[in-house]
Amino acid sequence: MDSFLEIFDIYLLEAVLNGILLGGVLALLALGLNLIFGVIDVTWICYAELIMVGMYAIYYLFTVYHLPYWIAAPACILIVAGLGALLHFLVIEPLLSAPPINQLLATGGVLFFLQSFATVAFGIEFRNVGIKLPILAIGDMNFSYARLLAFGAALVGMVAVYVFMRKTYVGTAIRAIAQDRQIMPLMGVDARRIYLITSAIGGALAGLAACLLVLMYDVHPFIGLSIGPITFLICVLGGLGNFVGGFVASFLFAQIISLGGLFSDLEWGYVLAFGFFILMMFIRPAGLLARRA
Amino acid sequence: MSAVRNPIAWVIAAIVLGAVPFVHRDPYHLHILILILIWSFAYTSWSMMGRFGLTSLGHGGFMGIGAYVTALLWNHLGLTPWLGIPVALACAAAMALVVGYPCFRFRITGHYFALVTLALSGIVLQVITATRDWTGGSLGYTPEAAKGNNLLAMQSGDKVVWYLAALVVWAFGLVVWTWIDRSMERAAMDAISEDEDAAAAAGVNVTAEKLKITVLSALMTALAGAVYCQYQMFISPDTVSGIGISLQMVFAAVVGGLYVALGPTVGAIITILLAEGLRIGFGTKAVGWDNLIYGALLVAFIIFLPKGILGSILERVSLRRAPEPTRPAAEPARARSASAASPP
Repeated sequence: MDSFLEIFDIYLLEAVLNGILLGGVLALLALGLNLIFGVIDVTWICYAELIMVGMYAIYYLFTVYHLPYWIAAPACILIVAGLGALLHFLVIEPLLSAPPINQLLATGGVLFFLQSFATVAFGIEFRNVGIKLPILAIGDMNFSYARLLAFGAALVGMVAVYVFMRKTYVGTAIRAIAQDRQIMPLMGVDARRIYLITSAIGGALAGLAACLLVLMYDVHPFIGLSIGPITFLICVLGGLGNFVGGFVASFLFAQIISLGGLFSDLEWGYVLAFGFFILMMFIRPAGLLARRA
Repeated sequence: MSAVRNPIAWVIAAIVLGAVPFVHRDPYHLHILILILIWSFAYTSWSMMGRFGLTSLGHGGFMGIGAYVTALLWNHLGLTPWLGIPVALACAAAMALVVGYPCFRFRITGHYFALVTLALSGIVLQVITATRDWTGGSLGYTPEAAKGNNLLAMQSGDKVVWYLAALVVWAFGLVVWTWIDRSMERAAMDAISEDEDAAAAAGVNVTAEKLKITVLSALMTALAGAVYCQYQMFISPDTVSGIGISLQMVFAAVVGGLYVALGPTVGAIITILLAEGLRIGFGTKAVGWDNLIYGALLVAFIIFLPKGILGSILERVSLRRAPEPTRPAAEPARARSASAASPP
């Protein structure tokens, strides 16, 4: 996990601003997972592994086959979207009526599978796409362009999902399904199709995250283990399926990691963040923004 | 089943298992057997709570505490593992209490419980990595070799000694499992896993019962970590702690069978033999293949055989033996004899 946040300097303001930028990236990560949970009511433990596959897709398309980035990125998003739909079709659909914990464990199996698939197919070397974006220096503070770009793209992605959910017919159907799983099929909504579309959108968001993360970090088969847990914790902290909560939780978490890492080692930032998470679970078990029953 | 109740079968099994290292002294085979026994114990510990629907993804944390606390006390304070292990177990139990009590008190179940415990194992992993000056971080850690009394240091180069020790620990795990299986605790936990509100209404103290089983499970998992550390003489966050280990425990227990005593053992045999077989057969080319197969198997098992290999086999055997369910048949018979005994 120490590879996740390397770029830190000693200045508080810089740490806060970088925390905000990191929050944007985390919010994007949390968005896809929240969408899946909110609509299908399953937790994709292997969500970060989808991102890992996406990062490899970019790596191969861009660095090995020399496609331009603006072609590789949409291709990556499509590939991961397809993977998300496939995951739903092969693993989740047979388990839809099983206890929720079995679905969680099955996606845990997929996690193992994808991770070792990457090990077998791509090897365990760290790979870098070799895009070096400049560092933006404002006074004594440094920000990486990659992170600014990621922050911007994360915001655009979130707005796009919001508009899609509010303004289109399919988006409305998705929100309806999320509200009542039993009734909507009776109203003529094809639940299977909606689930499949939702999974594909969740995958596409993972693909978008992959396109951005690949600019900041090297790809290796175990990168999922460093971004996965924190994504789940953010989603749970915000309340699984609660988009606004996930958004708020992302920025809170990013600030704790950023500031905790400022005063001590980066790992302690994570320890603080995880401890904060456990504490918050006891104070607000249903998520940050939930009204207490 | 009659074979399970038969004490002679137990004695024979114990003698056969205990005699193995004296008949077959191949160190490599013994090493594999020891690993199987230690991991079986760890998986059994996990399934103690896993079988009641308390799916913990944090047991890697408990195992890490058991291993690291024991080794750190030995290296830095010279405290013998005979005292160090109880301290480590106390730490694990304390952590289980600190996380478990609020979880159960505030009704954090299912997904949420799994994710909270996932955070727990993340914390332990990060603390081990962050305190790298003490623990060696992700490079791993070695308990210092004993400078004299091996027994005091709980170290031994002799595989036979370790085999017997691991056998005792493993058997202890099965005894605890069986003891829980026959206790009121089991009935209470079964009721809780079916419906918490109904169980509470029926007078079950939900929080206390869950806490009991969680602490027991954490204690045993920490013990497994300590034993593993003493045997291997090398621990690293990847081998005894963290999320990978937590998932591995879940996987092995599910594949073997959560609901039967020997299920986790079968899971350990399958996973370790698979990994070793691939390693020997394909050498370094096999890196990753074992987990690839695990992952696919785990998904297939949860979809097609949620009771695991041993669980499904035993179910089929018992169905064949007794085509009609025995218990409901016994109840009316007793009722009839009771009414027959009362005067008309």
